Amino acid sequence: MAKGKHKLHFDREKCKACGICIAFCPANVFTVDIDYCAVISSPDKCTGCRRCELYCPDYCIFVEEDYYG
Amino acid sequence: MCAVYHKYLRLDHLPHIWCPGCGNGIVMGAFIRAMEDLKYDQNEVVVVSGIGCSGRISGYLDFNTLHTTHGRALAFATGIKAAEPRLKIFVFMGDGDATAIGGNHLIHACRRNIDMTAIIINNCTFGMTGGQFSPMTPKGKKASTAPYGTVERNFDIPALAQAAGATLVARVGIYQVNLLRELIVKASHHKGFALLEVISQCPVNYGRRNQMGDPAEMLEDQKGIIKSAGLGQGLENYFGQIFQSEQPEFIEEYNKMIVQAQKKGGCDV
Repeated sequence: MAKGKHKLHFDREKCKACGICIAFCPANVFTVDIDYCAVISSPDKCTGCRRCELYCPDYCIFVEEDYYG
Repeated sequence: MCAVYHKYLRLDHLPHIWCPGCGNGIVMGAFIRAMEDLKYDQNEVVVVSGIGCSGRISGYLDFNTLHTTHGRALAFATGIKAAEPRLKIFVFMGDGDATAIGGNHLIHACRRNIDMTAIIINNCTFGMTGGQFSPMTPKGKKASTAPYGTVERNFDIPALAQAAGATLVARVGIYQVNLLRELIVKASHHKGFALLEVISQCPVNYGRRNQMGDPAEMLEDQKGIIKSAGLGQGLENYFGQIFQSEQPEFIEEYNKMIVQAQKKGGCDV
């Protein structure tokens, strides 16, 4: 899949700062904020593998496919 | 995908009470995606759960749900299935719930081969009550009631269920989320008692006591265990394999018995 074709939705209120999405993202899309919650810092790098969505225990990340295409 | 979660979750109950990085959330997510594949009517599905962290699942899912007493989830589910055989039953239990207090119910549900899917979320500890060791804590691992490590060996749930007579048995790790989704679909299509053991993680009450690192590290460790599956003993064996057999199903046999008794004009008592 082409890069940059996916839109990430992130719900900061539900995030419990477990760090799974940050560790599992192969493209390093996420970084941490002051509360150790995930922040989408480079959304263009997203390859749409959905690992963050599949492994998020709190359902705060969703990947929307072909958003720009 | 967002819409799927909105459809099957009771959103007013979220965020859930589970600790950061808890495996229960990942299992529930996989279950929701499996429900999307199965396309059952929400009124035709019953989710039953026992007591413990995993018992909260029935509160968060928007189906017919039943939160039952400790260890008795399978007994209640058997009653539901016997009364309304058209319903699809999914039973969520923790390892303490299923193998400790509910051990007897588990083996007899397996023996009866009643048509339902039991999902045992094995996090190797009694998480909700403070990290006491359960029958699934691996030998040598620390718990609040075993500060120097457990002495007892743990159960092998798939082997136990198979010996007791369950007709579909599989073990899967939460690292294999897509496989878990496929197995839930497969188990619900199976006619008979299907049991899935899902190896989960408790980063707070189990992982922290055993220096297993943060939730992401525990998941990575599980990946290593899954990759070396078949090489070691106990937990390391047969990840993702399915043991399936054909046996008479309880409800069908029960209905046959009713027809037989009616032909004879009732029983002679």
